[in-house]
Amino acid sequence: MNGAPTAQRGAPPLRVQVKELARRSILRTIRQPAIIVPATIFPLILLAINSAGLDSATTLPGFPTDSYLTFALAFAFLQAGVFAVIGTGQNLAEDQVSGFWNRMQLTPIRPAALVAGQLAGTLALGLFQAATYITVGLIAGGHIQAGIPGALVLIALATLITLAFGSIGLIAGMRANTPENVQGLFPVVFVFLFMSSMAMPRNLIETDWFRTIATYNPVSYMIEGIRSLLIFGWDTEALALGFGCATVILVGALTVASLSIKGRMVRT
Amino acid sequence: MIARYFSVAGGIARRLLDTFVHSPALFVPPLLMPLFFFVAFAGGLSAIDAAPGFDYPAGYTAFEFGFVLLQASAFGGVFTGFSIAADFQFGFGRRLLLATPHRTALILGYGIVSLVRAAITVAVVTAVGLVAGMEVLGDGTDIVALYGLALIVNIAGTLFAAGVALRFRSLQATPLMMVPTFLFLFLAPVYVPRELLGGWVHTVSAFDPATAIMETIRDLLAGQPADFLLALGVAVGLAAALAVFAIRGLRSAEAAG
Repeated sequence: MNGAPTAQRGAPPLRVQVKELARRSILRTIRQPAIIVPATIFPLILLAINSAGLDSATTLPGFPTDSYLTFALAFAFLQAGVFAVIGTGQNLAEDQVSGFWNRMQLTPIRPAALVAGQLAGTLALGLFQAATYITVGLIAGGHIQAGIPGALVLIALATLITLAFGSIGLIAGMRANTPENVQGLFPVVFVFLFMSSMAMPRNLIETDWFRTIATYNPVSYMIEGIRSLLIFGWDTEALALGFGCATVILVGALTVASLSIKGRMVRT
Repeated sequence: MIARYFSVAGGIARRLLDTFVHSPALFVPPLLMPLFFFVAFAGGLSAIDAAPGFDYPAGYTAFEFGFVLLQASAFGGVFTGFSIAADFQFGFGRRLLLATPHRTALILGYGIVSLVRAAITVAVVTAVGLVAGMEVLGDGTDIVALYGLALIVNIAGTLFAAGVALRFRSLQATPLMMVPTFLFLFLAPVYVPRELLGGWVHTVSAFDPATAIMETIRDLLAGQPADFLLALGVAVGLAAALAVFAIRGLRSAEAAG
């Protein structure tokens, strides 16, 4: 006896399931300004402070641009990723605490629809943040060396990164007992961000052990992928590494999250 | 009566410190945060000391230590504000108000916790800095003076967070404690001396009280002539103003019942 086909007989197609859950996730995100505002504004505040505070770094021999604002703009996109971890994980944990998942277990919904649905709000927020950072960055005097096509590729890479981090948030949300536990991840995720080439190009990091960590940290390559479009134009290697790292994290995290969600939906 | 006052403060401090011992998850992340900042800034940005005009004699690790010392001290107070907000949100704070004749003892009790928290964080950060080869060019008096300034900043941070927590009595107010403290710290010369700051931050930093304190701590650490009295005056003035803010917050909590 295979219960799954019986349970899914008469269920709406996957497309419809995803659409309904995605709609719920996007509306939920829009209705939580307490999540949208800090996740969008905080990276901009740090960008404003860092670009003024570290402007003298551009005088160092070998620094790739004379605008620290353009250099630091890439970091804002990665910070949005950190908020994606916390936001997605917290929403999922809230769903577990509120009993939403128990109700879902009674329906013939497929785990893939749940995963895609949960990430829809993250995707929408990621797109909004990417557009905001590009607009604010350009108004403040930054530039995109790769032009308008580069801006589109930048949005694509930033969105992929947000989805990759959001998928890590799914894992965190599945394992957390409460939304507060997901918040505890914030400093841990921030470490990955700070121990990278976020503030200085890797070749200018003087401290050996820090440069080694930054070299092994995939965050460095995602930042450098975005930064390449802003500063150098079209750098195929940097873009391939940026897209590659984000894709590997996305696929890996989605696989783990899907298995967790599948397990959660089977248990009754 | 004085004995009772301190007994109440001590009881509150003991209770919260016991909680930290039994739930390290509440204590460890705030401890790690200044450490991460220290490691990331001192390690990742050390090339800055080669920038034209950067002439801090003790090196970039010591330069960043000045910032991290203030951060650890101020955030030691802010994280204690989270505990105050949680106690009031979940009803324990109201019971404390009922049981305490002199309620400023509550603030003193939480302040002791904040001090212990900051002392541990500062000790860890100092040890990491020394292991990483941080140069300390100041003498014993300079060191006492810079840690003294950090202590006053910790008191000011606690009083600010207590004022916010007692007014809102909810964990939802935590961004109102963190964001102003974050701005207080980051609008000072965090990465480079003030002369090298560009744009609007250069202008704003002159009006940020953290600037005078941070610059003095750095001067003391490097054994340079320091404007200690100015920094002391700023820190004490800040703490005094925030003491009024905290006590008025306490009155607000009392009025709310």
